[in-house]
Amino acid sequence: MELDQFLAALTPLNLALALFGVLAGTIVGSIPGLTATMALAVLVPVTFAMEPASALILLGAIYTGAIYGGAYAAILLNTPGTPSAIATTFDGYPMAKRGDGDLAVALACFASVFGGMVGALALLFLAPPLSKVALAFGPIEYFWLSVFGLSLIAALSNGNLMKALAGGAFGMLLSTVGVAEVSADIRLTFGSQTLIGGFGVVVALIGLYCIPVLIDLVAVPGRHLKVEENVKAVRIGDAFGLAIRSKFNLVRSSVIGTLVGILPGAGGSVAGLVAYSEAKRTAKSHQKFGEGEPDGIMATESANSATVGGGFIPTLVLGIPGTPPDAIVLGALLVQGVRTGPAMFTQSGSIVYTFIYGLIIATILMLPAGLLIGRYAYKSIVTIPKAVLVPAVGFMTIIGTFSIRNSVSDVIIMLCLGVFGWVVARFGFAASPIVLGLILGPIAEQGFVQGWIIGDATNNLFGMFFGRPISQGILAFTLITLILPIYLARKKNKAHVELES
Amino acid sequence: MAIAMASTANVATAAELSGPVSYIIPFGPGGESDISARFQQPFFKEKFGQDMVISYQPGGGGAVGWASLNGLKGDGQTIMGVNLPHIIIKPAQKDVGFTTEDLNTFYMFHYTPDAIVVTADSPYKTLADLVADAKANPGEVTMSGSGKASANHLAQIKFDKLAGTLTTYVPFKGTGAAVTALLGKQTKAEWGYTTVGAKQGDAVRMLAVAMEERHPLFPDVPTFKELGYDMTGGAYRGIALPNSADAATTKMWSDMIGEINNDPAFRQQMLDGGFAMLDVDADGMADFMKARIEEYLNDAREAGLIK
Repeated sequence: MELDQFLAALTPLNLALALFGVLAGTIVGSIPGLTATMALAVLVPVTFAMEPASALILLGAIYTGAIYGGAYAAILLNTPGTPSAIATTFDGYPMAKRGDGDLAVALACFASVFGGMVGALALLFLAPPLSKVALAFGPIEYFWLSVFGLSLIAALSNGNLMKALAGGAFGMLLSTVGVAEVSADIRLTFGSQTLIGGFGVVVALIGLYCIPVLIDLVAVPGRHLKVEENVKAVRIGDAFGLAIRSKFNLVRSSVIGTLVGILPGAGGSVAGLVAYSEAKRTAKSHQKFGEGEPDGIMATESANSATVGGGFIPTLVLGIPGTPPDAIVLGALLVQGVRTGPAMFTQSGSIVYTFIYGLIIATILMLPAGLLIGRYAYKSIVTIPKAVLVPAVGFMTIIGTFSIRNSVSDVIIMLCLGVFGWVVARFGFAASPIVLGLILGPIAEQGFVQGWIIGDATNNLFGMFFGRPISQGILAFTLITLILPIYLARKKNKAHVELES
Repeated sequence: MAIAMASTANVATAAELSGPVSYIIPFGPGGESDISARFQQPFFKEKFGQDMVISYQPGGGGAVGWASLNGLKGDGQTIMGVNLPHIIIKPAQKDVGFTTEDLNTFYMFHYTPDAIVVTADSPYKTLADLVADAKANPGEVTMSGSGKASANHLAQIKFDKLAGTLTTYVPFKGTGAAVTALLGKQTKAEWGYTTVGAKQGDAVRMLAVAMEERHPLFPDVPTFKELGYDMTGGAYRGIALPNSADAATTKMWSDMIGEINNDPAFRQQMLDGGFAMLDVDADGMADFMKARIEEYLNDAREAGLIK
């Protein structure tokens, strides 16, 4: 029976749709501001005329491609094309700067295919049991998860802990502007209509990452990226070798990505950051994370691609979409007459399985498609003269920002944040902690408020915050993340002193 | 001849579409507004030959979208979803860049009736069980719901008043998150809609629905009225044009959405999804809105949500 659905997914039309979807998704995802959500929303009506299975394969392929496409801009322009690719910039851009951009793009492709496969296989074989993870996470677990996420700021700060924490706090402050999600209060808008929609994450991403790069491109002479002599192709062989050597990193990051993907309130950005910091924590001494370490790219890219399959687990099993793209796929399913929710696997099993096989096929097709597009993306970015590159990217940032919700306010906010980001970067404040605060602030706030209300109503505030096993686990991880670097540094210092004396 | 017809058309009688239509949802995808728009989409294309392109403009609980609506062109090529009680409560709380009267709402096409939802294995078998527990343990019955000062929240306040109970409302970001909290047993019950019952099937049980008569999809679920609580209503959804649209364009849209709403296949699809149909066209809108504004503002004022 399962073979039937696999063969159904393998028709020439479906294969063509999957290939088209991956290509289109990759291109959309690589442009900051154009998101998978938008591409899917526009394409849903096209799929009404198709068989349900073909429609779903196309949508799944676009989504998969778009998450991978986010890596290009992260590596070549230091701008995450999607929030999922934030941590890809940490090592991807330094690699590109020193002339290894082609290698970085190929690594991202291998890692994405690997992570995507792990997520899709988990969806295929383990969806019903894994969906329980989504339900085990209550408000308090999300609160502690976001505290854990914020503690990663310390791990990622590369020596500038106070400045990184200040950045994170500033990001959280920005996240409170606008209409509060759970309390419906309007906060910190100072009567301005521009601020009522708040600071969107993608808007902040484009402003804080891309604008400083553009300013620097104009301000600094010389080429954007270092170019090796005789660049011919993406370095597939080297990348494959590195990927094989980092198999443990790939497996660990993909599992993290799948699990975080299952949580409806978390998402690809959190998955990428957690996987990145785990890779950094277990790094060998010669590895320099943050300065162009291939393992950093592989950790993020495998983790964020694994969230695609992971995110479909609660979407398909519980009818609870994990991410906005999941929500659109869910809507398309409903219009196609598929009843989602607990009964779906039993009642509409054939469509669901064809969709999952389609997702796997799309992930496999991403390998040739990704390497091919990656090669052109890399070549064009390194060969285009600055005088063309800067206006072209500048144009894209404005169009991309505007198109998120057709809002001029967002463009103004993006530009202001961009200039602000460039200025504070002179004083050693990086963009990533600010964006991390902006993403995690609302998750922490909502979890805290909801947890407090429930704990207060049941007269068990202490037990609510500290008595639940999953919370305790996350809390322990947080403490390890915070204390371990200090402990190691002390030990190292001590050893140093002893050696000298 | 054609020119003559076109010029008279502009004056009073009819307007027409000149290409694909943009249908803006002022929320993210996946909610009831999005799903019902997705249901309309293929019927629109089939009946009127034009594509309906759905896009999302989330922010400020819908306020970002509604504040921008009247700045858009009123040529009938752009429409936007509107929701009650949102467009009534939000501007009453604070200046959010639009007022209820600013919005040129031309059709209310469905509502999702309020319902109390519990998990299938919940000790609350009937509404009476829940009320008894809430009376015995004031404040300890926690109920998740979507947002604060929202349809769910107003329903909770109203029911507490009618039943003489004290329950604790826990606001979540959207119905999806509120249902997740219920299924994960973070809260004891959920203030949701009949659509939750349709989506979750056997995983949940609805204790009562806020309709005049039982929902055809759930013949075994009583109405609040049957159980002695005078409660009907829910979240109402409609569509608006920019207020620069002329009378002919408004009439054209009201007729088109009305035609879709009266297609038996569309109605069936909506009912199967747990929605309840509503047919308030452009002519009846003023009366409908007046009654709703009075009702919602009264409830919200009594609850202390607005001054």
